[in-house]
Amino acid sequence: MGIVSRGFFGRRREEDVKLPPGQYLTHDFPVLSAGPTPRIGLDRWEFAIDTELGETHRWSWPELLALPSETPTVDLHCVTKWSKLGTGWQGVSLDVLMENVETGAEYALAYSYGGYTTNLPLEDLLDGKAWIAYKYDGDDLEPRHGGPARLLVPHLYLWKSAKWVRGIRLMNEDWPGFWETAGYHNYGDPWREQRYQGD
Amino acid sequence: MSIDYLDGNALAGPLGELFAVDVTAAIGTCAGCGAAGPVAALQVYGPEPGLVARCPSCEEVVLRLVRTPDAAWLDLRGAVSLRIPMPETRS
Ligand SMILES: [Zn+2]
Repeated sequence: MGIVSRGFFGRRREEDVKLPPGQYLTHDFPVLSAGPTPRIGLDRWEFAIDTELGETHRWSWPELLALPSETPTVDLHCVTKWSKLGTGWQGVSLDVLMENVETGAEYALAYSYGGYTTNLPLEDLLDGKAWIAYKYDGDDLEPRHGGPARLLVPHLYLWKSAKWVRGIRLMNEDWPGFWETAGYHNYGDPWREQRYQGD
Repeated sequence: MSIDYLDGNALAGPLGELFAVDVTAAIGTCAGCGAAGPVAALQVYGPEPGLVARCPSCEEVVLRLVRTPDAAWLDLRGAVSLRIPMPETRS
């Protein structure tokens, strides 16, 4: 065997993959739900960014699709301990959506059709770290996985990637979301195993 | 489409960890719409990441229960009250 291992030019070999602490590998895509799956007609769908200055920026479905999109391949880590590697998405980077948004806010609260919320620092949504994703594995994102569009923030536990996302509120103060007010960690970094409050 | 929730009897075990009485027999009043009914009739999603019990009338969250390794987090903000039947006290 040469000095270049056989995995070097090929696909990442699973046995070489290092998972965050406490996670196990899965190949299916488990669905966890805290409520009924919202059904949103694309003619009524909109995404909004609300600033701390009281301004709202809105995108209709055709307006979202008209924006330049990216096709990130990312690893997903769920707080319930499964990880799924190399998932392929298509969506609009939050950097694109934030381009003309004037804000000095440090915190963001994502809110969804159906009432779900989750909070994170605004900086975790910027610099190529987050997308409004509308395709998964080449197909329209299914409702059970958060379609028509979900937030995708793969460097945090998956509960931060709000399904059925409807908007993001930018705030000067942190506002804990649905699971963050019920014992889950405020930030949720899988590599530091921040599952619960106090971790 | 398949039903993706269980009825409130699914709460009996997890709440039984906390309460000496059977809370599924309690009458809860929804803070969202005012409907009253037994906890056993709530629509329960979960169990992971947590149990989320919703009002069968308006689908708002009535009760949430998250079990972490060393604590139970119970949120009853969505309930105006829980009327829990108790053994009658003698005077
Ligand atoms: Zn109700």
